[in-house]
Amino acid sequence: MSAILEARGVTRSFGPIKVLHGVDFSLVPGEVHALIGENGAGKSTTMKILGGYLSPTDGELLLDGKPVRFADQKEAEEAGILMIHQEFNLAMQLTVEENLFLGREKRKGLFLDHKAMQDEARTLLERLDCHIDPRTRIRDLSVPNRQMVEIARAIGRNARVLIMDEPTAVLTGRETDVLLDQIERLKSQGAAILYTSHKLDEIARIADRVTVLRDGAHITTRAAEGFTEHAMAEAMVGRELSDLFPAKAKGADDVVLEVDGLTVPGKVRDASFTLRRGEVLGFAGLVGAGRTELMEGIVGLRPATGSVKVNGKAIKAGSVLAAREAGLVYLTEDRKEKGLLLGKSLTENLTLLALDRFGKLRIDKGAEDQALTKAISDFDIRVKDRDMVAGSLSGGNQQKLLLAKTMLAEPQIVIIDEPTRGIDIGTKQQIYDFIAALAAEGKSVIVVSSELPEVIGLASRVVVMGRGHIAGELSGEDITEDAILRRAMGVGELTGASA
Amino acid sequence: MTDTTATQNEAKQGRKLPLHALGPVLALVALIILGASLNSNFLSYGNVTNVLARSAFIGIIAVGMTFVITAGGIDLSVGSMAAFVAGVMILAMNAMIPVLGVGVPLIVAGMGVALLAGIAAGLINGLLIAKVGIEAFIVTLGSMGIYRSLTTWLADGGTLSLNFEARGFYRPVYYDGILGIAWPIIVFALVAILGELAMRKTPFGRHCAALGANEQVAKYSAVKVDRVRMATYVLLGMLVGLATIMYVPRLGSASGSTGVLWELEAIAAVIIGGTVLKGGFGRVWGTVVGVLILSLIDNILNLASIVSPYLNGAIQGVIVILAVVLQREGKSAD
Repeated sequence: MSAILEARGVTRSFGPIKVLHGVDFSLVPGEVHALIGENGAGKSTTMKILGGYLSPTDGELLLDGKPVRFADQKEAEEAGILMIHQEFNLAMQLTVEENLFLGREKRKGLFLDHKAMQDEARTLLERLDCHIDPRTRIRDLSVPNRQMVEIARAIGRNARVLIMDEPTAVLTGRETDVLLDQIERLKSQGAAILYTSHKLDEIARIADRVTVLRDGAHITTRAAEGFTEHAMAEAMVGRELSDLFPAKAKGADDVVLEVDGLTVPGKVRDASFTLRRGEVLGFAGLVGAGRTELMEGIVGLRPATGSVKVNGKAIKAGSVLAAREAGLVYLTEDRKEKGLLLGKSLTENLTLLALDRFGKLRIDKGAEDQALTKAISDFDIRVKDRDMVAGSLSGGNQQKLLLAKTMLAEPQIVIIDEPTRGIDIGTKQQIYDFIAALAAEGKSVIVVSSELPEVIGLASRVVVMGRGHIAGELSGEDITEDAILRRAMGVGELTGASA
Repeated sequence: MTDTTATQNEAKQGRKLPLHALGPVLALVALIILGASLNSNFLSYGNVTNVLARSAFIGIIAVGMTFVITAGGIDLSVGSMAAFVAGVMILAMNAMIPVLGVGVPLIVAGMGVALLAGIAAGLINGLLIAKVGIEAFIVTLGSMGIYRSLTTWLADGGTLSLNFEARGFYRPVYYDGILGIAWPIIVFALVAILGELAMRKTPFGRHCAALGANEQVAKYSAVKVDRVRMATYVLLGMLVGLATIMYVPRLGSASGSTGVLWELEAIAAVIIGGTVLKGGFGRVWGTVVGVLILSLIDNILNLASIVSPYLNGAIQGVIVILAVVLQREGKSAD
């Protein structure tokens, strides 16, 4: 079948830096074509060129076989090409209906025809199997539902080509299933879908064709059938991948962190657990089980009752600084909103948590500069230039910067929430190695993750949370997906009691 | 979430700042050349001293305002606060004359009262904003009315005047100086230099910018968010007290119309200087340039009779809007 949209030998430069070198990519009606590559491989640039957000420096775009040049993304939209962003383009204060019809409102005379718009919105959402009231405000919706609204908006504009930039990065397993079903349905209706994700199992499940990019160059395009996840990962990284997870550290016997009866009002009830020196402790559970809230309560980011002891000494409640001084730090799951100042320089971000180490009264800029040099080499942060702002780093490099920032406080206990969210496989492996190295040095690590293979691959002991309390603990050979899920959903408690 | 993209755009623009930062400086140089060519007296010692000494009040306050705005806040109450502090200071000094007599102790005690009153007023704003969590705009809009009205009430609708003898003794603090430089200019220069150092070289300045850029990130980075926010208002209150100390000897009185619109002049100077109104980035030296631009416009209009001095406010208004438009141009050009 002939392609709706095709890129031929597309290159793109930003100033002197060439980020795409002659990429070919085509989209055929009724197919899902996955675009994969590491962070910085040029996926975003390719998508933006196809979606009309950027124009190619060289090469051509073909729409229905005819050369085309989009002046902006509006023109692409009129041609039926819609891009769904990782960060949604929705007005938070407006309702679903208002968002769906933003800029093309239906009128009845002078006034808006709310009824017609609501009916159409409802029909659109129902086609997506998404049952939300069109009158709900976006800010009151869950993240996956917002995603659905984005997709509904694209369909409402009769999209022939949908460009989806990591749509599942913020979704849980179940929500992902729903989304993938919707994509199947859109595909059967003849839409052409460009799909990106760092989760290769999704790619294997949904894609018809796969294109791999590496360092801005087109590596291969082939049928997804028979393209194993391992082969995909190797094509992305460009080398053979050994085992993804490093060997597990056993941990010593002495307890460094003791949490007793911690309650975060409305989120976590009476949680108690211990962490040993040199141990990697996993925290698993469904989204909303209260893992993040528990960790934030422990380090003083949320009001909490109960006791937290580091090396047997209770730390002051409600103070992040006191926790840090006791050697306990927390690395947030939300690096863009809570972790990094995207508009500030790398240095300012790096030293913010441990700023007092660079002088109480006067900041020692020389020492800060050395710290950046060291962080860049220790954590293999790929920077274009040292004066760039944190927001222009790729996701994986932002995560490494966040790690470097946290480690600058020289913590003894590190809590890492979703260590590899939205980052590519090569960087993932680096972060796993890094976590293992920390434990080997005698530091203790808590890994909170929604990706079960990650928890299972890294942790020597796993605490499972469900509905705001600790639902069980597993260690050694007992750590399996099945055991974790049963406890997370409350089935495990019963077997535990009878055993 | 749209915020994220906005910060990213701004971030890209941030790297071009050195060029951008020159804008206000060029405007200042142009004004000086214009002034000198219009009136030969413009660069005379008398005129320069007059312009600088009169900018000192707004200037000292604007330095404090730079920190408040950089940390993502705003303070509309500073003009009323200055009037109130001046009123309290004058009443306190008059009341202390029977005990201390007219002399250095009286002046020092008066200065102490002014600083403490400023700090207390700033602390009240800060507590309501940082601890109680009311929006800065609302809190300071309220306290603006309160301080203004309290001053009028203290003066019983009229003017509060410093005792005649005390006034004579205090006058040199505004009119004298060392090496021919008037005291207000010296104090303004010191405040500006210390402010610039604090903004660029100290953890406090860094924390203010972090807080203004993204409060959540600051909180997660063990920054004592409430304390830093409160400190910016207390610092500003203290500087209002300091400005009042320099202002009272000039006229020796205070009334309900003292310091009217100072808050807007101070905010305008901060914005002209390149500090971002929604916080996250501040430039104290820029604020100083902003203050000088505003006073020079006033001065040139008074010296040259081309445009009526009554249009001063209009021209300053155009400059403020222009400054922000130019900042935005840089963004969209990216």
